Amino acid sequence: MSSADLTNERDLPPGRETSATGDIAPERDGPRDTGMDDASLHRWLARTWRTPPGIIGALSSVDHKVIARRYLITAFLFLCLGGLNAVAMRVQLSGPQRGLIGPDLYNQLFTMHGVTMMFLFAVPIVQATGIYLVPLMVGTRNIAFPRLNAFGYWVYVSGGLFAWVSFALSMGPDVGWFAYVPLSGPEFGPGKRADVWAQMITYTEVSSLAVAVATIVTVLKQRAPGMSLDKIPLYVWALLVTSFVVVFAMPAVMITSTFLILDRLVGTHIFNPAEGGDALLFQHLFWFFGHPEVYIIFLPATGMVSSIIPAFARRPAFGHLGLVLSLIAVGFLSFGLWVHHMFATGLPKLGASFFTASSMLIAIPNGVQIFCWLATLWEGRPVIRTPLLFVFGFFFTFVIGGLTGVMLASVPLDLQVHDTYFVVAHFHYVLIGGSVFPLLGAAYFWFPKITGRMMSERLGRWHFWLAMIGFNAAFFPMHIVGLWGMPRRVYTYPAELGWGNINLFISAGAVLFFVSFVLFAFNLVHGALRGTPAGDNPWDAGTLEWATSSPPPSYNFARIPVVTNVEPLWAEREALPVAAGLRVDARELIVSTVAEAHPDVREKSATPSIWPLLAAIAVGATFLYSIFTPWAIIWGAAPIAVTLVGWFWPKGDPEDEE
Amino acid sequence: MNQRPVLDISDLPTFGHGPRSPTWWGTLGFMALEGTGFALAAGAYLYLATLWPNWRLSAPVPNHWPGTIVTLLLVVSLVPNHILNGYAKRCAMGPVRIGMVVMSLLGLAPLVVRWFEFPALNIYWDTNAYGSMIWVLLGLHTTHLITDVGDTIVLTVLMFTHHGYSGRRFGDVGDNVFYWDFVVLTWIPIYLLIYWLPRLG
Ligand code: HEM
Ligand SMILES: [Cu+2]
Repeated sequence: MSSADLTNERDLPPGRETSATGDIAPERDGPRDTGMDDASLHRWLARTWRTPPGIIGALSSVDHKVIARRYLITAFLFLCLGGLNAVAMRVQLSGPQRGLIGPDLYNQLFTMHGVTMMFLFAVPIVQATGIYLVPLMVGTRNIAFPRLNAFGYWVYVSGGLFAWVSFALSMGPDVGWFAYVPLSGPEFGPGKRADVWAQMITYTEVSSLAVAVATIVTVLKQRAPGMSLDKIPLYVWALLVTSFVVVFAMPAVMITSTFLILDRLVGTHIFNPAEGGDALLFQHLFWFFGHPEVYIIFLPATGMVSSIIPAFARRPAFGHLGLVLSLIAVGFLSFGLWVHHMFATGLPKLGASFFTASSMLIAIPNGVQIFCWLATLWEGRPVIRTPLLFVFGFFFTFVIGGLTGVMLASVPLDLQVHDTYFVVAHFHYVLIGGSVFPLLGAAYFWFPKITGRMMSERLGRWHFWLAMIGFNAAFFPMHIVGLWGMPRRVYTYPAELGWGNINLFISAGAVLFFVSFVLFAFNLVHGALRGTPAGDNPWDAGTLEWATSSPPPSYNFARIPVVTNVEPLWAEREALPVAAGLRVDARELIVSTVAEAHPDVREKSATPSIWPLLAAIAVGATFLYSIFTPWAIIWGAAPIAVTLVGWFWPKGDPEDEE
Repeated sequence: MNQRPVLDISDLPTFGHGPRSPTWWGTLGFMALEGTGFALAAGAYLYLATLWPNWRLSAPVPNHWPGTIVTLLLVVSLVPNHILNGYAKRCAMGPVRIGMVVMSLLGLAPLVVRWFEFPALNIYWDTNAYGSMIWVLLGLHTTHLITDVGDTIVLTVLMFTHHGYSGRRFGDVGDNVFYWDFVVLTWIPIYLLIYWLPRLG
């Protein structure tokens, strides 16, 4: 990079022609940031990039940080709701033959718990974290397709509300989070409950896919100049791989739920063996999505771990390339495993062995990652703070979950414990250990960036130990009671079986675990209101999000950084190299080349708009109505078309015209 | 943090065609996910077809002619589509306007014939799983066709307004060309699956 050709004198450049030829109106050039003093630069950019005031303004926001904040809060609320489902179930199961909750409500409870945790909490929260952090980490001013991103949020909230309002009306799905046919099919699933499951899934996955595409394009095309592939932060790599997995996995669940609703509503026979369909087809399609789903949740968590560890070990990650390659390998392998959820269905032997082998193969790249993290800590001088504590909690828990996973990958054992509490214990160790603990660590780590204030370290330690103890007390004994034969998805059990005491212990652990989240919520609120001011870079970490103020301004960076190292802030301690030459009166950012991140285009980024919300309302109403009649698709087409035209029709801003 | 300007990007262009533009990559992303959906639906169809020895489940064979005409129309439309792309790259307004009108018509034409494809399947969606699957495949592709034709028409109108004189709009035309290729390309395997696979069994 050379600085030779920088001209510092001018504020407003003389009218100049862009290189374009053909029938294009000349660019109405505006003031550039070159040589502008910091105060005027801030004034210009703040005016150009602000979210308009007022309610309509707030609903029109396309700022990735604003959207991400909403996403994070919404996903946290869904976690609380899903947690309340779990507590209710545990109260009912705390002793034999309790009569608090009947079978019908219990069915809805575990289904709502599973659906909420998987579709409304785990996936959205990792994507939301990415929406906040990825643009900052790659050094750009907004996510790619900001309006699509806003649309994704509206779809997500309305889909979640739809599920929960249905539940409140006793119309909540009750067929398990994976809604197998024939139970969920037209013959055995009367009423609207399974329809709610199907449409809610199809609809909310639209939002996941939208965010995934926006994330991919942000990473590929909007990286700061100089951030070649080998300098992309590990967290960003994790989100990139995850987004690709979303793109190839989520369509499978949308196809599954669409086929289901067709069977239920218009009388197709896709899953009906009596008329040439097949029930196992449902399971194949579902798990083609369902297994990658686990990695959609887990890979971003590994990215968080890869960000937290170097910051506290005070050195760059050991084996950067190895970590990147493992991420990619896990992404690919995650598509070769789905059949291990179907060992109990009597598949051909050879096929089952193949899936056992690949289930064990995926342990290799995961092992490489753990090895690299440990080596980073070993070589560094670790400073133990709450985020790192949660990383340790993740190691411990995830390894246990991984071990029981390897056990379950062997067909004979799986046949024994299939559909028992052993499996419930296993997947909570993997999901909570592999994703929730890293997320909690990430919350403590990035909270200061988002709010400008620190969370309490002392409460953080209390939170950590309470969570660890509560979690293990709740879930470890589930392995045992599972081996004793206690099936999952039962609303009660007879006293003679002798499962009473251990279940009481489990329930006590679950309550303790829940209380740890209450403490966490308190720490969040307390930190946001009273926490000590954080400054730009409280942990002295090395990636670009720490180069800007906390919380970041609407435009993220006053000038786009120029990257020279994987940990740019550690390499450039004196002053951050930056690029100059963008317009300040229009939302401009740098589009760069995919591999080398050479600056290529001064791209305009979309302005705020209310249309994504209106489009989400139109699409959502269509989905809701479609539960009652297939004609909804015809009636909904017109409003959807109108809102989409409104969304894309240029309004005369420079962002639209040039 | 202190800053040190090292790079001047003031002379970069304000738009790029094809892979230089983020929109192109977004379009590619949507093609990837829609393509996955198509592939899985086709996979489900093949799964059922191999599962049942007498696939087609004693239904009459579909009449392939409407489908064949649609196929021919779609393949022919690729020629003006790519000519249009060349003009879009050169940002030539006159020919682009003509090209967009032509492409709108060439989008509507297969849609009209498509109307006659559904009865030509010679089976209803609720007769048996074979009927369900071919309706689903045809329905999926029709949804794509309708959305892309709608999009093309809106863009055509836009190109006749003053908003058209912008690099971004010509880029949009290029992406529309790209997406139409995808709509045509996905049709070929679906056409074979719907009309020719049942003739094997
Ligand atoms: C407060 C913490 C939690 C507790 C106490 C808890 C408890 C439970 C229990 C007891 C069941 C089994 C119900 C039954 O089979 O009868 C269950 C199922 C499940 N849990 Fe959790 N859970 C918690 C958090 C989570 C989280 C964070 C996730 C995901 C990220 C999750 C995902 C699931 C799923 C997918 C099921 C299966 C639902 C079904 O059978 O359809 N859980 N949970
Ligand atoms: Cu799996």
